[in-house]
Amino acid sequence: MPEFAEIWTYLSQEPLLWLTATLVAYAIGDAAFRASGRLPIVNPVLIAVVILAGLLWVTGTPYGTYFEGAQFVHFMLGPATVALAVPLYSNLARVRATAIPMLAALFAGSLTAILSAIGIAWALGVRGETLLSLAPKSATAPVALGISEAIGGSPTLTAVLVILTGITGAVIATPLLNLMRIPDWRARGFAVGVASHGIGTARAFQVNETAGAFAGIGMGLNALLTALLAPVVIGWFL
Amino acid sequence: MIVHVSIFLLFQLAGEVTSRALDLTVPGPVLGMAYFLVFLVSAPKAAASIRPTAQGLLSHLSLLFVPAGVGVVGHLERLGSDGLPILLAIVGSTALAIIVGVLTFVGLARLMGTPDA
Repeated sequence: MPEFAEIWTYLSQEPLLWLTATLVAYAIGDAAFRASGRLPIVNPVLIAVVILAGLLWVTGTPYGTYFEGAQFVHFMLGPATVALAVPLYSNLARVRATAIPMLAALFAGSLTAILSAIGIAWALGVRGETLLSLAPKSATAPVALGISEAIGGSPTLTAVLVILTGITGAVIATPLLNLMRIPDWRARGFAVGVASHGIGTARAFQVNETAGAFAGIGMGLNALLTALLAPVVIGWFL
Repeated sequence: MIVHVSIFLLFQLAGEVTSRALDLTVPGPVLGMAYFLVFLVSAPKAAASIRPTAQGLLSHLSLLFVPAGVGVVGHLERLGSDGLPILLAIVGSTALAIIVGVLTFVGLARLMGTPDA
């Protein structure tokens, strides 16, 4: 019988182990989410990330090795973004009818996201590269990284802040919007997509398809607007 | 299923090529989504047949963010002594952006007489 070390050597070099671990960790997160009666705080992404980060730490596995397996899951983000056109198409009549409220909410939400993030951090004493990296955090990751680089932030730090923003939005949106007694799925979804990009959009799809469709539009439009607004707002603080 | 996924990939490919060729800040998949929407509008029959595949993919959208999320954990120490202020800024500004966005949307929708259908 081969030594465990030999089996581990095989497993640690092939994508199979970490691809499987990613799906299993997410399945555990999703089961916990359902078992809790779909409590937003029991976020499947957050649970899966904690489980996997713990596994990597315990086994001393570098992220690069993990990603060789996980890249197959990560890759599907591209086609899934394209697929967002389908719910958008199904809701096209509603989208057309609300073009003006949507554009106004886009502008207000996007500006609030940038301004309040920098404002709060600045008031609490954050300066320099870290402050700049915070500006594009509500935009979807590839866009946010590009903006961060252009305004003198750190793209790596921005990647961290983008993910934290997404998870925050996914966790707080439902309780916050219920507290505000907003029943309109279009408005709820759109605001969440603008404030917390793809992870917020994924959460919106769990709740309601119309909310998901509007969240997808909010995410797409805010990717554009953040690229225009972030450099301007940063100018006010420097 | 294979045909549907190929269609998603083809539109993503078209988006990536445009984004790179014109040096745009818009990511390729977002452009691909815009192209695909134009295609769906011009071919409603295709939309009906592709819908189940799209719904299947989108119902697991959360899963697709897990690998990037795991990458973040290794960089948490980069927040350093600024950790708490940054977390407060993220939570505060995300909540504010949702509140301002939703109130603007609902207010204007009411003003313009387009209540939720």
